Amino acid sequence: MELFEMTAAGLSRLLQTEEISAVEVVESFLGRIEKVDPYVKAFITVSAEQALQTAAAVDRQRAGGEKLHPLAGVPVAVKDNICTKGVRTTCASRALENFIPPYEATVIAALHRLGLPVLGKTNLDEFAAGASTETSAFFITRNPWDRERVPGGSSGGSAVAVSTGMAPLALGSDTGGSIRQPAAFCGLTGLRPTYGRVSRYGMVPLASSLDQVGPLAMDATDCALLQGAIAGYDLLDSTSLPDEVPDYGAQLEKPVSGLRLGIIAEQQGEGFDPEINSAVTRAVRVLKENGVIVDEISLPHQRYALSAYRSLVSAEFSSSLGRFDGVRYGLSQPGENINRMFSQSRGLSFGPAVKGRILLGTYILSAAQYEKYYLPAGRARTLIARDYSEAFQRFDLLVGAVTATPAFKIGAKRGDPHQMALADLCLVGNALAGVPSISVPFGAAGGLPVGVQFTAPPLREDILLRVAYFLEQHRESGTIRPRLSFLEEGGGE
Amino acid sequence: MVYEAVIGLEIHVELLTRSKMFCGCSTAFGDKPNTNTCPVCLGFPGTLPVLNRQAVALAVKAALALQGKVQEKSIFARKNYFYPDLPKAYQISQHDRPLSRGGFLEINFPEGRRRVHLERIHLEEEAGKLIHAGDSILEADYSFVDYNRAGIPLMEIVTLPDLHSGEEARLFLEELRLLLLYVGVSDCKMEEGSLRCDANISLRPAGSSELGVKTEVKNMNSFRAVEQALESEARRQEEILSAGGRVIPATCHWEGEERRTVPVREKGASADYRYFTEPDLPPLMLEASLVEQLRATLPELPAQRRERLQEEYGLEASEALMISSTPPLANFFEEAAKHYRDYRHLFHWIQGDLVYQLRETGTSLETVSPELLIELLELLDKGEINRPVAKELLTAVLKKGASPKKLVASKNLGRISGRETLEPLVAQVLDENPEAIESFLQGRKKALAFLVGKVMALTRGRADPQEVSQLLRDKIK
Ligand SMILES: [Zn+2]
Repeated sequence: MELFEMTAAGLSRLLQTEEISAVEVVESFLGRIEKVDPYVKAFITVSAEQALQTAAAVDRQRAGGEKLHPLAGVPVAVKDNICTKGVRTTCASRALENFIPPYEATVIAALHRLGLPVLGKTNLDEFAAGASTETSAFFITRNPWDRERVPGGSSGGSAVAVSTGMAPLALGSDTGGSIRQPAAFCGLTGLRPTYGRVSRYGMVPLASSLDQVGPLAMDATDCALLQGAIAGYDLLDSTSLPDEVPDYGAQLEKPVSGLRLGIIAEQQGEGFDPEINSAVTRAVRVLKENGVIVDEISLPHQRYALSAYRSLVSAEFSSSLGRFDGVRYGLSQPGENINRMFSQSRGLSFGPAVKGRILLGTYILSAAQYEKYYLPAGRARTLIARDYSEAFQRFDLLVGAVTATPAFKIGAKRGDPHQMALADLCLVGNALAGVPSISVPFGAAGGLPVGVQFTAPPLREDILLRVAYFLEQHRESGTIRPRLSFLEEGGGE
Repeated sequence: MVYEAVIGLEIHVELLTRSKMFCGCSTAFGDKPNTNTCPVCLGFPGTLPVLNRQAVALAVKAALALQGKVQEKSIFARKNYFYPDLPKAYQISQHDRPLSRGGFLEINFPEGRRRVHLERIHLEEEAGKLIHAGDSILEADYSFVDYNRAGIPLMEIVTLPDLHSGEEARLFLEELRLLLLYVGVSDCKMEEGSLRCDANISLRPAGSSELGVKTEVKNMNSFRAVEQALESEARRQEEILSAGGRVIPATCHWEGEERRTVPVREKGASADYRYFTEPDLPPLMLEASLVEQLRATLPELPAQRRERLQEEYGLEASEALMISSTPPLANFFEEAAKHYRDYRHLFHWIQGDLVYQLRETGTSLETVSPELLIELLELLDKGEINRPVAKELLTAVLKKGASPKKLVASKNLGRISGRETLEPLVAQVLDENPEAIESFLQGRKKALAFLVGKVMALTRGRADPQEVSQLLRDKIK
């Protein structure tokens, strides 16, 4: 078995017993990136030098007998909307094509502190405003299960990197499904933590009130390891939570029996791919057989979730992107006066999807429309959050689909924001409520991976990871890696 | 028709914190451009604001001193607009949930005491500073921007339209400034921009309770300018109304050199700031217990001090008003009064000769110890020096910081007195001025003063004029 085929936990064991060195691990993944990435285009920037430096430092520390974090030496791919000091951070936008942050995101600082080398920065929809990684200003990322299909998004690059063994772990960001949906489309475990559990400092916002950084990994164990490494209170993020971080890994093997599981009526059934419905049903059945108490639950305000989400995200997005004005950093285009400079710089900075959202958000926040769109969206959010908190009086966790369909064809939904939004149906309600959710690979549809989604009360990521771990033990098919037949065929860019 | 002006003020005050509102950068004034900056206050992507608790504490203290109702929950909002001095393209401010509502400040207007009511007090952040290579940002070939100021904590105080003249506005601002200085929330330096004032003004027929069409007056960089600008804008509006015209809502610039207000932008086209809740900051919760803790730290306020100065030291109301408006001087007075019982004498020396000599010698009050002044006054009281010498001595004390007693000894400034010493001098003056004696004997009082002056000149001011006068009278008779 090659090193790049191993899970993070597997690598961690070999590193700790010094059977392998961190430099060997990083070299193995860098080699894999060189070989595979031309076919799938997951990375915008590969930071080989920095990754090798971190790895060498870890090896020195280990040789010196220092006590290291279990993940020390295990490399990570990072979504390119998370700022890395000294390493280009583009947000897949022309606006930041040559932007090298002079500061570090808190999660990246944590990776450095614990000794996790950063392999590079992965592709995304421009400013994370999308669900297919097709709106990157640079290139499309392809789904390794079928290169004619999207990998999902906006954390598509991170998902593909892990799925193809170019990285054992990856960081994504989830505003309304951007971790969970690509995880489902690529056959990974993807966790959206509780809002505030992971610091947002240094993550370029899509919508500050919803954004969360989280892990994508091959399995629950790896997911738990990375989540444990990045979670925690951060003085620099006033919305981060002060609660102590549990040892997620230690709780994976706790029995699931006795857990009360609610099947969300609105998040499976009619309108969903039958094979996805079947996956949900089979997952519920195996849980039930093992002592989980199952019942149905309706979240009545789910029907407002998509429009509320769109209004709030567009509004915050339009405001947060005002700073790309060409004055201090990023793309700057001179003009005969300041207003021309602003409009030309911004005009060249953003692609059509981003411009569309900015226009929508600006309109929603205008004095004349504020009460019609923004305020009701906020009220809907309150009602949706109440639905969840009431549901959690009865249940320890909720289950439904992640997406209505498996990965769709590239271009199939382009220019159809409504279709695109339908794909987010199960992903935005829990995000609006701020509760944690996980996408667990389970079953397949037409040869493509699909996921089952679990949602838990705030700060109960441990329950989600425990159930994900349990389902792994009861997974029907063997491998969850795609067969990269294209490698033999050639034709990479 | 007689018109009445209705004026409301918006006052921006920079808070006296060491670091900025949402990051750790220094708030020092006058540093090299763009040195007090960081990714947060430069609006770099992904950075987040962290609220400066000291700024909150200062604003709460100001609100309490102004009798405002500090809100248990207030909310930060984004005010969105594009301008190169605004790094994030939004200003973090407070919109519909301000820090404090209501409140008032009582002012001694010429017509009597009256409360000027406040609408609200809220927190926000400063923008940077632009310097254009041209008349305006649209005409300049290029502009410089300095972000040292960007993110400095600001408190905005909004009054109700409770003022009726430029003079009233000035008096209100002077009292407000004093109050803020007392509470220690700002240094209130208009010339450095740490206190700024915009005004809304409309006219209505005297006695009417309806409000007329208002204009906003900006670009006033002193209290004097506020007074003049508002008087001028009231005249401009009155001319329009008297001619049967209508005032158009507009922003007017005060052009100090031309001494007039000029409408620059029609308000109808004013920007839509697209306010919404700042998602990067949780609501600001201020528990009653914290507010009470802060209230307990409030110092004595100007009005309270004036009352006390009258009661404790027997000062007149006008004297108390005068000395309390320069807090360091009032502190000096009270410090000295601990060891010197003739308060009124002390007050007159401080407010009169000391203030005058400080200005003349360019000395700062901080370098003067109250003990030195007391020592000087005691020499005077004991008759060891006379008043003219005392004044001369004060100058020397301020310049050299030396003890009055030592100065008297070393410069031989002690009073010359006693018959034996003075009689020869008196005799000399009488010998030289027979006409003056004649004149005095004919009843001209001035003649005596002339002779006293001559003797004083011979003693270089060290004799007691009273004693000299008595001696002269005795001799002439
Ligand atoms: Zn700063």
